[in-house]
Amino acid sequence: MSEATLCWISGPVLRAISRDAFHIHEAVQVGAQGLLGEVVRLRTDESRGGQELTVQVFEDTTGLRPGDLLHGEGVALAVRLGPGLLGHIFDGLLRPLAGGEERNYLFPGQRTTANPLFFFQPLVEKGRLLRGGEPFATAQPVPLPGEPMAPATVGQSCLVPPTLGGEVIEMAPAGEYTETAVVCTLRDATGQEQAIAMSHTWPVRVPRPVARRLVSESPLLTGQRILDCLFPVARGGKATVPGGFGTGKTVLLETIAKWCNADVIIYLGCGERGNEMAGVLDEFPRLEDPRTGRPLMERMVVIANTSNMPVAAREASIYTGVTVAEYFRDQGLHVAVMADSTSRWAEALREVSGRLGELPGEGGYPAYLSTRLADFYERAARVETLAGASGSVTLIGAVSPPSSDFSEPVTTHTKRYVRNFWALDRKRAHARFYPAIDPLTSYSEDAVLLASWWHAQGNPNWAAQRRRFLTVLEEQARLERMAMILGKDAMPPQQQLTLLVAGLLNDAFLRQSAFSSKDRSASPYKQNRMMGLLDRFMDLAAKAVEGEMTVEQIRVLPLLRHLQRMGEEIGEGEEEAFAQLEEGMEKAFRS
Amino acid sequence: MIHANLSLTDAVTRIDGPLLFAHRRVDVGLNEAVEVIGADGLPRLGRIAALDDDFMTIEILESTTGLGLGDTRIRFLGEPISFALGPGILGRVFDGVGRVLDGGPPIPAHTRMTVDGAILNPIRRKKPEDFIETGISTIDVLNSLVRGQKLPIFSGGGLPHNRLAIEIALHARLRNSEGESAETVPFAIVFAGIGVPFETAEFFRRTLEESGALGRTALFLNLASDSSTQRLLAPRFALTAAEYLAFVEGRHVLVIITDFTNYCEALREVSASHGEIPGRKGYPGYMYSDLATLYERAGSLLGKPGTLTQLPILTMPSDDINHPIPDLTGYITEGQITLNRTLDREGIYPPVGVLPSLSRLMKDGIGRGFTHPDHPALANQLYAAYAHAIQVRLLANVVGSDGLMPEDRVLLTFGQQFEHRFIHQERARTLDESMAVGWELLRLLPLSELSRLDDAQMAAHIQVGAESV
Repeated sequence: MSEATLCWISGPVLRAISRDAFHIHEAVQVGAQGLLGEVVRLRTDESRGGQELTVQVFEDTTGLRPGDLLHGEGVALAVRLGPGLLGHIFDGLLRPLAGGEERNYLFPGQRTTANPLFFFQPLVEKGRLLRGGEPFATAQPVPLPGEPMAPATVGQSCLVPPTLGGEVIEMAPAGEYTETAVVCTLRDATGQEQAIAMSHTWPVRVPRPVARRLVSESPLLTGQRILDCLFPVARGGKATVPGGFGTGKTVLLETIAKWCNADVIIYLGCGERGNEMAGVLDEFPRLEDPRTGRPLMERMVVIANTSNMPVAAREASIYTGVTVAEYFRDQGLHVAVMADSTSRWAEALREVSGRLGELPGEGGYPAYLSTRLADFYERAARVETLAGASGSVTLIGAVSPPSSDFSEPVTTHTKRYVRNFWALDRKRAHARFYPAIDPLTSYSEDAVLLASWWHAQGNPNWAAQRRRFLTVLEEQARLERMAMILGKDAMPPQQQLTLLVAGLLNDAFLRQSAFSSKDRSASPYKQNRMMGLLDRFMDLAAKAVEGEMTVEQIRVLPLLRHLQRMGEEIGEGEEEAFAQLEEGMEKAFRS
Repeated sequence: MIHANLSLTDAVTRIDGPLLFAHRRVDVGLNEAVEVIGADGLPRLGRIAALDDDFMTIEILESTTGLGLGDTRIRFLGEPISFALGPGILGRVFDGVGRVLDGGPPIPAHTRMTVDGAILNPIRRKKPEDFIETGISTIDVLNSLVRGQKLPIFSGGGLPHNRLAIEIALHARLRNSEGESAETVPFAIVFAGIGVPFETAEFFRRTLEESGALGRTALFLNLASDSSTQRLLAPRFALTAAEYLAFVEGRHVLVIITDFTNYCEALREVSASHGEIPGRKGYPGYMYSDLATLYERAGSLLGKPGTLTQLPILTMPSDDINHPIPDLTGYITEGQITLNRTLDREGIYPPVGVLPSLSRLMKDGIGRGFTHPDHPALANQLYAAYAHAIQVRLLANVVGSDGLMPEDRVLLTFGQQFEHRFIHQERARTLDESMAVGWELLRLLPLSELSRLDDAQMAAHIQVGAESV
């Protein structure tokens, strides 16, 4: 093991002198407590006879002193990926946060030693040739004594590490093992024997390899009408949610985490609030996954690096999250990552960069900010895995722009790499209009890929209806500016009707209550039905205004209230109620 | 402790602002506390900010006046800056670094806690959901406060934030199903004045004294005339005391810290003297993380009876909510209560600007099983209608109320009534009284405005006594 001696310490950055070999991004353990760190810079130091390394430490460095020793681990900063991840909460370096009262507070250098058992079921026999990334067994947590075995919501496979492969020369029988126990031995192409456990480690800054990348053609359904119908994101796509404080970023991400149709959710709390994490941990185990009937928590991995946790670990947490996502993708699953918030990650980058004395770029951020953002977002993809299965990683990143100014560096750079932009609007949030996504500044480049999917769901008019809705909303903004000059009463009936219709679209379709059990998530069927009804309403109302009816008469129709509240009043599968509403609408305009 | 009471003379090589550079002739660790003693014999608290083989950098947290190179002695305390705490801290007055200021006897220490606090493990946090009734309608109905929350008051110079904070502190109580006070755990107030003028400090002390709550209050005063580096420590000492009261003694603690703007100014000053690269408006780039280490100390722990609720006050420079101080605060705290100057000028008290105010934890503490099943819908509907009313008011300012449609004129009236009857209040209201006012105001509105209420709510609260549907 390589060793170095500390010679300079300032906050989370330190320098050390060594005669041994160290490498960039190598993981190191610092001091008696074994604080985890990473080598970020190397140079020879002739005067001291050796090399000087600069290290960023992921834990609080209080109490470290020159002369303390630092040990290299010989490998890049890596995390252990295995069956013990689902349903649990970890820090930014994937160390479990679980524990009893003794873990009320987090102290530097603290380690948990728990190594639980898993049911191991081999899928292949001796003699079989295995490729890297191929599943060789399934694994499932062993329940606590007295608890029933939970049915697997997500089929978890054990994968051959992507860099290995060969002939199976030994395979353990089905049974209970820890995730680090050797359960399989391979003979590789050089004749060497490779021991394989249910879990393996992978360096967080290196994307896991895939056979090839595929084009996305199905949406990541979020259950949120404004997203699925107006600004959809494809599976394997990337979206960003910028918004000032209090505009509902976190609630939106939590809502998507709850109801989207991914197999696995990675919820990444990066520099956010501790109480929010407590809320997630309190709420998700109690919510039921509508698709499986099991607690939603069972398909989640929570990575929490709250704002008061060490800054450098915040920088690493985002890579940890996406590496875990890729691990599940490689099992042929669809994964969605919610990163809240990438601005805090960028700030951590800035802080560490400042301590390293690098030249600051725009806004004080290092010049490589945009490259790092690109590296992160490019890890979203729909792929064919090494084993030939199809999986995807969808990335949804929140951005917290200072002063709600979307021209700041993190927002503008992010915009260059994502295809879907969901801008949150303070005015809507002030009126408690949620999700407060502004339909005029948001966009979705994935929408064109997805029209055929909606067609297949029974709505051939999806693209046309979507366009019509967006046009009306655009028109509303224009007319409202005009009303500021003319007054509304001076407008012709058609324009007054447009304002009425736009108000209805907002209230009936775009607004969705995250706290109503009927409205919190809408199926594609319900979305189609609602979209169709509103589309028809526009036709009928336009015709009525051309005829005898005044806008005022339409405004007071009791029908309007039913349309406004159909999201909350009509539950999934209540086709009768929709049919009744439709009939009532036709009747209201006939008379 | 090995280095405790180790001291060093003739080691100082440079004094630059609050920073002191010295030869490292003893084995000390990063962030450990030191006392720097000048020729005048006065100890000044400091900490080790950076270390290398030969030198150390000490950040002095008090005035450096009177320090010299040759005659300065450094005493090493061998641990990070700590606060000695014991049961006697309530009813006492301290300075910003925890020294008794009221002339009374010293406090017998039972435990020492580092002032930087330890990181609460998010998984061990208890989800805050105990609704606190404050007696303020705009808070109780629209932006409910729950135990363990951090809810700042965004104010401006000359607005009555101090009065509001103290009223909340004195009135705040849990209510049981009958709406009665339901306290089983003792409560305490920790008040920290950061860089406040003497008059403000005196206002708080006197009000607490008159109400008889001073005996349950620990006051930390860093007056405007005190050292600005000490301002960085004042909230840390106050929060450490609060954590002791909450998690060691098991009390419900309400922490009022005023004024965070002074804290941030001190942070900027110290950062500049360290030669750090300035960020937005000259504030250091790590201000978010630094503020987070303070605000995140609110909360409660699983299996412990005590809670720590923070009510920090900050004055927005030129009433600008986008200024870095309120902006970064808003990103960390669980909402904000914003005070509005226009309302204040109209004589409305408390002048809570309803639209930019928010309580993120409200949803967990209201509704069925907590307050009233229809509370969330009422809050939602009031917000939607008032936001619409404000929009119409803007329109009316341009085109005059004659250019408005009849339904818009109704909204105009609603907005005005809302401000004078709901926001404004002469005395504390119970939640039920506040909600009754809210429903009454909604009855002014046409049916088409009430889309956030379901039919049952309409029947129960809106169409009472009305013949037609």
